[in-house]
Amino acid sequence: MMESLIILYGALPYLLRGSLVTIAVVVGAMLLGLVVGICIAAGQVYGGKWLRRIIGVYIWFFRGVPLLVLLFLFYFGLCSLLNINLSAFTVSIIVLGLITSAYQSQIFRGAIMSLPEGQLKAAHALGMSDRKAVMLIVLPQALRLSIPGWSNEYSIVLKDSAVTYALGVAEIMARAHFVASRTYEQLPMYFAAGIIFLILTYLGTKGLRILENKVKIPGYSS
Amino acid sequence: MADKTPILRIENMTKRYGDKEVLKDASLSINKGELKVLIGPSGGGKSTFLQCINFLVKPDRGRLWLDGREIIRARKKEIYGYRQKVGMIFQDFNLFDHLTALRNVRIALVRVKGMNKDEAQDRAIRELDRVGLKSYMHQYPAELSGGQKQRVSIARALAMDPEIMLLDEPTSALDPELISEVLDVIRDVRSDGMTMIMSTHQIGFASEMADEFVFLEDGFIVETGPPEKILYKAQYARTREFCSKITELYGNSF
Repeated sequence: MMESLIILYGALPYLLRGSLVTIAVVVGAMLLGLVVGICIAAGQVYGGKWLRRIIGVYIWFFRGVPLLVLLFLFYFGLCSLLNINLSAFTVSIIVLGLITSAYQSQIFRGAIMSLPEGQLKAAHALGMSDRKAVMLIVLPQALRLSIPGWSNEYSIVLKDSAVTYALGVAEIMARAHFVASRTYEQLPMYFAAGIIFLILTYLGTKGLRILENKVKIPGYSS
Repeated sequence: MADKTPILRIENMTKRYGDKEVLKDASLSINKGELKVLIGPSGGGKSTFLQCINFLVKPDRGRLWLDGREIIRARKKEIYGYRQKVGMIFQDFNLFDHLTALRNVRIALVRVKGMNKDEAQDRAIRELDRVGLKSYMHQYPAELSGGQKQRVSIARALAMDPEIMLLDEPTSALDPELISEVLDVIRDVRSDGMTMIMSTHQIGFASEMADEFVFLEDGFIVETGPPEKILYKAQYARTREFCSKITELYGNSF
């Protein structure tokens, strides 16, 4: 028992450096998902029939194919087919980002549709173009409403990021596995990995809750 | 009183939703400084007509001239420019919920008119002062009463220096005790010479201020004339029937 703790203590800096990699992957993926997700949501709400159809296929694809399959498909398949040399780290961010964009888009779409239509009319009546009306009036409100759903999505992407270990990304899980297989201290290592994930989930959702309160529109109860 | 230059002219405006024609060949022309009031039963096409005038609802047919220049609807830029000259007041205010009163008024000055921030700020404060809400400028819409919200929306429209204003039942969503504060503001704007087309059920207020009543029913402009004529000596039975009902409800004015 004592011996296990000493090994764990020794391995902890190594694991924690892995959590920096995890954080980088998750932040990268969430931001990519945010940008793509907003575009998809806007296309779905305001776009024409064909655009909506293409978006439908995109969402179906990224929600339907398992993460591990997509990681292998992109890293071992597409990258060598197109002869591009991307690191496992980069591919992980892209794949997780595209998957979460499909989910995030539905959070944003719901938020956009819940806004009173009249505000868009008022924006147009003041001479705003469609783009300005969306950028200045619709998105600032829709994004506020999206924070709770986004926080949920964050915790899912955080947990999913452990799968990138399969590509050899040196994140928490990969490092825990590495130490465990060297030292045969499986229980303490995976336990520690789980605890680190719990802490990251807590910090992220807590941070987003603070943000939510900070940008809350005065006078609104929600 | 009003100088007689036609400022806005609309010809044969038609709007169809599916099979239903909600606006049929509506034509109207208004001179600078005039106030025309659209009256008629709910669902009669008043709101559709007003929203077609600034193309918030796309009319299926019809032509429109502002200051003698035809507005071509296919040209988006032209529509954006035209809308800046046409202020719109909505029944349910449509303030931007995430912006303070001040920023509601200021945003289009900066982002549409390209005014610099300080200038826009001064202008916005002046307009809020004009509607009596300077001390509320840092409040958000959810912190204001209905009447205050509507006054902010009037300030927002006035700040753009419109040539004409369209008011779509500006007091219909208000509690009775809040109506008069909004009517007072509209009266002020009117006495400053603003050209307006307004739909309302406030028949007493309207007949005291309007140059002309336009009675709309089933998407048709049934009859047009001075308020006292439409209210008491209307040509058509439908107009008389509606007017007697509405004067009973909202009181006589002459």
